[in-house]
Amino acid sequence: MPDGGLPVLDVRGLRTMFRSRSGTVHAVNAVSFDLKAGELLGVVGESGSGKSVTMMSLLGLLPSPPAVVSGGPVTFEGHNLLTADEATMRKVRGGRIGFVFQDPMTSLNPVFSVGFQIMEPLRKHMGLGRRAARARAKELLDLVGIPDAARRLGDYPHQFSGGMRQRVMIAIALACDPKVLIADEPTTALDVTIQAQIIELMKDLQQKLGMAVIWITHDLGVIAGIADRVIVMYGGQIVEHAPVRELFANPRHPYTRALLTTVPSGAHARARRLTVIEGQPPILTESPDFCAFKDRCPVVFEICARMNPGRYPIGNGHDVACFRADPGLNPDLIPGGAHA
Amino acid sequence: MLDGTLGEPLVEVRDLMLHFPIYSGLLRRKTGAIKAVDGISFDLIEGETLGLVGESGCGKSSAGRAILRLYDITSGSIRLKGQEIGTLPQSQLRKLRPQMQMVFQDPQASLNPRMTVAQTIQEPLDEHTRLSRSEKREKVLTLMDAVGLNRRFAGRYPHAFSGGQRQRIGIARALALNPKFIVCDEPIAALDVSIQAQVVNLLEDLQEKFGLTYLFISHDLSMVRHIATRVAVMYLGRIVELAPADRLYAEPLHPYTRALLSAVPEPDPAAMSDKKRVILQGDVPSPANPPKGCNFSTRCPQVMGVCRSHDPKSREVAPGRHVACHLLDPAMMPAGSTAATEATGIEPSRPGPGTIEPQQGRRP
Repeated sequence: MPDGGLPVLDVRGLRTMFRSRSGTVHAVNAVSFDLKAGELLGVVGESGSGKSVTMMSLLGLLPSPPAVVSGGPVTFEGHNLLTADEATMRKVRGGRIGFVFQDPMTSLNPVFSVGFQIMEPLRKHMGLGRRAARARAKELLDLVGIPDAARRLGDYPHQFSGGMRQRVMIAIALACDPKVLIADEPTTALDVTIQAQIIELMKDLQQKLGMAVIWITHDLGVIAGIADRVIVMYGGQIVEHAPVRELFANPRHPYTRALLTTVPSGAHARARRLTVIEGQPPILTESPDFCAFKDRCPVVFEICARMNPGRYPIGNGHDVACFRADPGLNPDLIPGGAHA
Repeated sequence: MLDGTLGEPLVEVRDLMLHFPIYSGLLRRKTGAIKAVDGISFDLIEGETLGLVGESGCGKSSAGRAILRLYDITSGSIRLKGQEIGTLPQSQLRKLRPQMQMVFQDPQASLNPRMTVAQTIQEPLDEHTRLSRSEKREKVLTLMDAVGLNRRFAGRYPHAFSGGQRQRIGIARALALNPKFIVCDEPIAALDVSIQAQVVNLLEDLQEKFGLTYLFISHDLSMVRHIATRVAVMYLGRIVELAPADRLYAEPLHPYTRALLSAVPEPDPAAMSDKKRVILQGDVPSPANPPKGCNFSTRCPQVMGVCRSHDPKSREVAPGRHVACHLLDPAMMPAGSTAATEATGIEPSRPGPGTIEPQQGRRP
């Protein structure tokens, strides 16, 4: 939506490897994207596609060893996050960039009260005193829609329900007025009616506070409802990137297409068998000098095994990492003909 | 609750209750009960798939397990092919076990890591049949073929398999004794989207091949829509609505079903922005202390005075459609309007005659 806005976060050629005794796993391979002010960028992929590792890498949250992060730069507010010193990173993490994790039970500390955990970033990052921090914490709980906020500050995480805990997580992430909020599967552990509440809340907060959000999920339905632009990840790479309506109306990567048809949707439910992507998602133990989707692709051709396709822009802010979009390849040679 | 036209019921459940006692205090006295399943009734017709949906904690898994008598039930009746199994002692149930099997949610936790695939699938055969060793071996391999596992993997251990393949092992084990009835407890919840479709297709193929009847428990409403013939929606231990799948999704009648369906994200941005969403406020109350009257009255956008005092009974409002809601009770409705059409609008219904006043204002 806010097209042409300046990017607040710019990631170029990010790579992450995990080295272990049983070999190297190439978890993130040359991932580039940007995030514009005030937009909501959706990141979709299955488990192991590298979507969480990408975000953890750019925040320097992965322990090294085993993780080796290279590439870049990752530009945020004039810093390259990959080379920034620890003091800068501390200011960024939880300060300028907020983070909401999937499971609110394991990411909240059970032995501290919720109030303490919301006040911690306020005191560390913003240097607020005890009283000011407490007042701000109450404000934040009000903001995320927790009733009776003042009293609940003293409660512990186990006294909250799943949806309420996720609201607390969001309050913590919002504590220092972040410019960017990264939400990693924030509704996956929640029931649908609670998920709907949290999605409404996030949309509302984003409008109110004007921050940019990266929303990671495996649920295409959630993405369809909230995102402005979408990145589809597979095998540690971005295979497709487009504005949300364009992506759902005109998916071009075979993986995206397959993913959209495996989900039974309202319009054509019960019509026939579900389309299946045969095989398993890849574990990349070698540097991918081939298309990561080649073993499961219905329209694979010879070059897919020899080269890793770059991202071809195809108009409307849409790009796709597939040789089928290569203008140099004769469309008549392509199995299945042109995209229809 | 007879759905006469649909065929013979294989399983009949009536007023099933499953309460877990709460003990507290120094003497560990019983001080209350978690009403996990609080009086549910339905039939399973031979060859159908009944979807049992609801949010976590609504009692759907407990219901599934209670029906197989994996828990001792508090009260009610369960009949399998006309035989009462709700009160049978476990020793006699054992003889019936081959007919009713279960596929569990977490294929990691429900397979013994120290048993090979062949041993896992063969175990029910060891327990319940007198086949010779070679017959068993042959049966195991046939089952592996049926669920799409390569025969060469028979000697491998569960850790060597992916989530989807492990679920296939669990399904093969459930099929080993040629059951009639399988309870699938969230069989795809732990799997990736692309793998979910594989397992659902497999379950459908097997149903056709072996004439199975499924109770398919899931919180994934779009997948249930795909696989189920009829759907029962549970909320806080009760079935609030039971209807043929296409009818239920096309025209949900209970306010909870409506809210639940409108909360399901559709993979279609245009539809999502037009969609009129009913966002429920608050959380599900505790099953240890359910609200007085209708269980849904604390969150219902159309709650009326009567809902807080009287528990709505499940009624058949259209052929095969059972709903437990006062809004659909003709006695509560203005004269001349039919219940079903009256309640399908999103707007709160007009007050009934007499003392009942609608209470609005739960929406923001």
